[in-house]
Parts: sequence; C-alpha cells; structure tokens
Amino acid sequence: MEWTSSLIVPQDSIKSNWLIPAPPKVLSRQLCVSSALHRKNLAAAGPEKFSEEFIKKQVEEYNIGKRHLANIMGEDPETFTQQDIDRSIAYLFPSGLFDKRARPLMKVRPEFLPGQLKSVQWGADGRPFHFLFYTGKQSYYSLMHDTVAKVLAAEKQQVLLLSEGPVPQDTKPISLVGSRWLLKEELEELLVETISDHDYARFIQLMERLLSLPNCLSEKDFVQRYRKQLEIQSSKQQVAPLQYDENGVAYSTADGRRKTATCTVLLRDCGSGSISINGRDYLHYFPVLQDREQLMFPFHFLDMLGRFDGQCTVGGGGRSSQAGALRLAISRAMLSFLSEGQVESMRQAGLLTPDPRVKERKKPGQEGARRKFTWKKR
Amino acid sequence: MATRVLTKGGVLVGLCRLRQPRLVTAGYSLSGQFYATAAAAVNTAPLITEKTDVTDKILNIPLQTPDFFRLSELFSLQDLFDARVHLGHKKGCRHRLMEPYLFGCRLDQDIIDLDQTVEHLQSALNFTAHIAYRGGIILFISRRRQFGHLVESMARDCGEYAHARYWQGGLLTNAPIQYGPGVRLPDLIVFLSTLNNVFQQHVGIRDAAKMNIPTVGVVDSNCNPSLVTYPVPGNDDTPAAMELYCRLFKTVVNRAKDKRRQMELLHGQSATAPTASSL
Repeated sequence: MEWTSSLIVPQDSIKSNWLIPAPPKVLSRQLCVSSALHRKNLAAAGPEKFSEEFIKKQVEEYNIGKRHLANIMGEDPETFTQQDIDRSIAYLFPSGLFDKRARPLMKVRPEFLPGQLKSVQWGADGRPFHFLFYTGKQSYYSLMHDTVAKVLAAEKQQVLLLSEGPVPQDTKPISLVGSRWLLKEELEELLVETISDHDYARFIQLMERLLSLPNCLSEKDFVQRYRKQLEIQSSKQQVAPLQYDENGVAYSTADGRRKTATCTVLLRDCGSGSISINGRDYLHYFPVLQDREQLMFPFHFLDMLGRFDGQCTVGGGGRSSQAGALRLAISRAMLSFLSEGQVESMRQAGLLTPDPRVKERKKPGQEGARRKFTWKKR
Repeated sequence: MATRVLTKGGVLVGLCRLRQPRLVTAGYSLSGQFYATAAAAVNTAPLITEKTDVTDKILNIPLQTPDFFRLSELFSLQDLFDARVHLGHKKGCRHRLMEPYLFGCRLDQDIIDLDQTVEHLQSALNFTAHIAYRGGIILFISRRRQFGHLVESMARDCGEYAHARYWQGGLLTNAPIQYGPGVRLPDLIVFLSTLNNVFQQHVGIRDAAKMNIPTVGVVDSNCNPSLVTYPVPGNDDTPAAMELYCRLFKTVVNRAKDKRRQMELLHGQSATAPTASSL
C-alpha cells in the first residue's frame, strides 16, 4: 500500500519524533515515515503495464526509425525486413561483446506486438473500461455473457414459433463436419487471458447447447469463429505424375523402408501380375505365405491383382522387414495410377504410413532394451 | 463500517471519502487515508479557484434536501407486494438476526415486513444515487446462476460493473497484485443476493467490510444482515423480485448520472458566464 503519494502532511509533524506525545488540544495520529515504507515492493507489483497510447507511440517511433535506417543504408524503406535491420545495426554499431543480448538491438518489444500485453485497463479517473473488469477474467466472462445472450434469444424465438403453431421447420443445423473446436491454448491466445480447464469445459458445453437449439443458423458466424477447419490429410499426399516409356506403357517408381530394409519398385501398367525381386520370381524369393500376402495386399485392396508388372530390388533387413518395405513401396508407386478417393482409402487403411518401429537399444545396467537382470532378494 | 450514523439527509459515512476530492490524486481512493492530522487540514493552503468552488457547490447541493433525486416516486409498497418481495424462506431456514425484519410466519413460511423494507430500500437507493452522482464505482454482485445474466446486462446498461461469477479470493483484499498497481476499488458494492451457491455468506461482504467499502445488500430470511451497511430485507429467489430490484437500481443510477451532468452544465455555465462578461 502506498501511503505517501496521496497524503498531505505538514512539515513539522514529519520532523517530530513519533514518540513525543502530541499537544493535548489537537487530536492527531502521527505517521510512521521510515524509508522501508517508501521502498516499493517491485517483485509484488507484477509485470509492468503500459497504456495503449504509449505502446502505439513506441511502435510508430520504431517504424519511423526503420525507414531512416533504410535510407542510411541506401535500401528501399518499403521492403526493409527485421533481418535487414539486424544486419544494418551490426554493421553500423560493431560490438565486441560476447553476450548476444548485450549488443545493440532495434526491435519492437515482444509484449508490444498486437495481442500480447494487456495494457492498463482503466482511464485517467481510475474507472475501468470493461464492465466485467472486477471479475478478473473479463474477456472470457464477456464471451460467456454474449453466448448466453444468444442462447436466451434463440430459446425465446423457439417459444414464440411454437406458440404460433407446430410448424415443421426445415432449418438445417450448422454443419460441423470438417472442423473442430478451438483448443484451450488457442482460446487463451484469442482471448489474451489464461483460463482454467474447468472454464474451457464450460465454454464448450455452452456452445454445444447453443448448437442444439433449432434456430441457431443466425449465429453461424459467431460459432465458426471458435471452430478451426481441419485440413484434409490426403491433400498433403504428394503424388508423382505418371511416366510413360517408349512403348506408351505407363510406369512409376517408388521407394520403401522398414527397419533396416530398403527397396525400390518399378510398376508397369497393362501387365500380368508377375513380380520379380532382385531378378528372381517372388515365389522363390518369399517361400513363406505371410510375406507374399504382405506383397499382394496393396493390389488385393484395390482389386488390381493382375493389372501391374513389378520389378523390385531389395536389400538389408530380414524377410519380414523386406516384405514390409516392398508393400510400402508398391503402395506409393500405385498412387499415380489412382483417383483421390482411392488414395484416401489407402491412407486410411494404413498402406501409406511408414512403420516407425526400429530395434530399441540395449541400456547399461539391463540385460536388454527392457529386460532387467534377475532380481535376487539377498 | 457496519454501523450507521444518521446525518442530515440520511446520507452516510461512506461519503466522507469523496467529499474533498482535491486531497486525492487522480481519483485514487485509499481506505486508510483518514489518519491525517487536524493540523494538516489547517496548514494546506486553500487553493480557492472558481473550479473548486463550482465542484463544491455541485457536491453540496444534493446534501441539502432529504430526497434530492425523488426516489420515493419510483416504487410503492404495492409494487413490492406484486413482485413477491415479502416472501421469505421456511421457518427452519430463518436466521436469528433477521427476526426484527420479519412480519410473521404463515404456514411455516416467513413473511418479511414490507413497511421496514420500504424504508430500508429508500435509504439504500438514496445512498446509491449519491454515490453514482459523485462518480463512484458501483459493483453489483449476485451468485445466483438464474439471474447472473440479468445482473450483468443491468450493470452494463447503467455504465457500472458486475460480478456474477466465482469469487476469486483476493479480488478486493489483494487488488494491486491481481489487477495491477494503481487500480481503483469499487466505492459501493450492491449485493442482489448475499448468499453464494452453497448457502453461505458471500465472501465479498466480509472483504468489503475489511476494505472499508460500504455495501447495500438484499437480505432474505436465511441471510446474515450484520456486516451489510444498508440491508434491504426482501426476497432474492423470485425472478419478479430480482427484475424489480434490477430495474430500480438501473433507474436510480441513470437518474443520478443525468442529474450530475445537468448540474455541471447549469453551474458550469453560471461560473463561466461572469468571466465571459468580463472579457
């Protein structure tokens, strides 16, 4: 608590010792004015708060300084990036200091970037700007307040419509396919405020309640602001274009890896389903049925068993890992022959995912990767 | 802080803090301020300027009439009865300290004495009006989930503040740490329901008493009225009663603010008029 700033105390009472009793006529209480009280508790004050106009002024000064610097260096002020600034400052003010943080710097404070720091929340007269300031979490509670207002409005409208008569409304609810709710971290970033898990759960609950009401189509924009569109995973798949050899036959190549086995595959269209591995027939190379099943699985999945001719080279690993590597390589090679829907179904079947499992290392103090030495009680 | 001293016009102790704004820097009101010596008041050089004269006049005129804002015409006993303000809880829930405010008990349900309610509500609204007139911060608190939205909308409409959410421990007592140094605390706290969700007294009542902030509270028959500066015995469970209180508080605050603007224009004009004529 700061005492001295707003207190007007006469000079004589400061000089007089507080142990001396005050004159009997005037009722007074002397102040304790030790220097310990004057010292501000800087740690307890928390992070510094700046006013909006101060931040704006600083950013403006930075921009003007940037343009001056660009002119000094003889470069275009419009396309002067932060990297150019760093370079120019290092050139103009060479410093031999070892600590990078001690060298001259020209940057906007990260707290001053938009949406980072909460500037002072009240005006000159001390009155806060936001009507929910005294709750502590004004943005979150104001969001809840607005959502509740929408829920109440929708419920009232529903009651009105029902009272008019049971009209079958074909109002489609807001489509939620292809999007997900914002995560707690994303919401915190949006609100520039920390919220607890409980708060986040309540918020999602309230939004679900809003969406469950029949006439919520008008709040579509409001809801979409708090949903994130999911990217279609298959669009990330890079499909190589089909290549044609001198006879006009389409072919494609691909690589595959599993454990320590690597392989390359060349698939030719209009074939008979014969596959040669390292020059030998697949029946000879893989005597075990399980390995041949792994090899055939991509063809079997897409019903293209007799369509392709395969020429494979494989090395490293054991028989099972070589089979797995070949399967992956064949699936990748087939992508260029397929439509998007088939690619997506392949991806969902797991044919295009490389298996990340490798042999785990042995650790000291243990017999194997996981196996411990036999425990003896005594 | 819980005791009331009847002064002229029925306006209470909480007002002295705001009486001489020129001793406070930029509206930063502290609660422990009144330890200045009597000598201090004498030694400060009285800066008599026209501006402070006008401000003094604006601040002192409302204190001369008992009902300056004419709040007695806002509601009547019949309105309170229609809004079901007289209905209390069952006899078993009765708080011992609420017995003076009860009219009686009918079929085990306590009935609140509306004559007393009218007086208490009158003085509470009058006090609120004076605080709003002097530009004080009013905080409306209610922990009832049914009426939280109503309370928040009402506070927003009259330009004041609301807290209808979970009360974090140090909001009043640890304010400089929680909000930042230099924060201004509310000058009046209005409790539209003094209990929290587990039927215990709201922490804000005790905290406001600690921080020397006057409180107005609607106390039902199961509440403890002792720490509330202006208790208003009445029902806090019925939507009709809550809507009545919200409407009354909103009207009162708006009326007081409009009056203040009016007075500033009136007296500000009369202050500048002689200087204009002297030019």
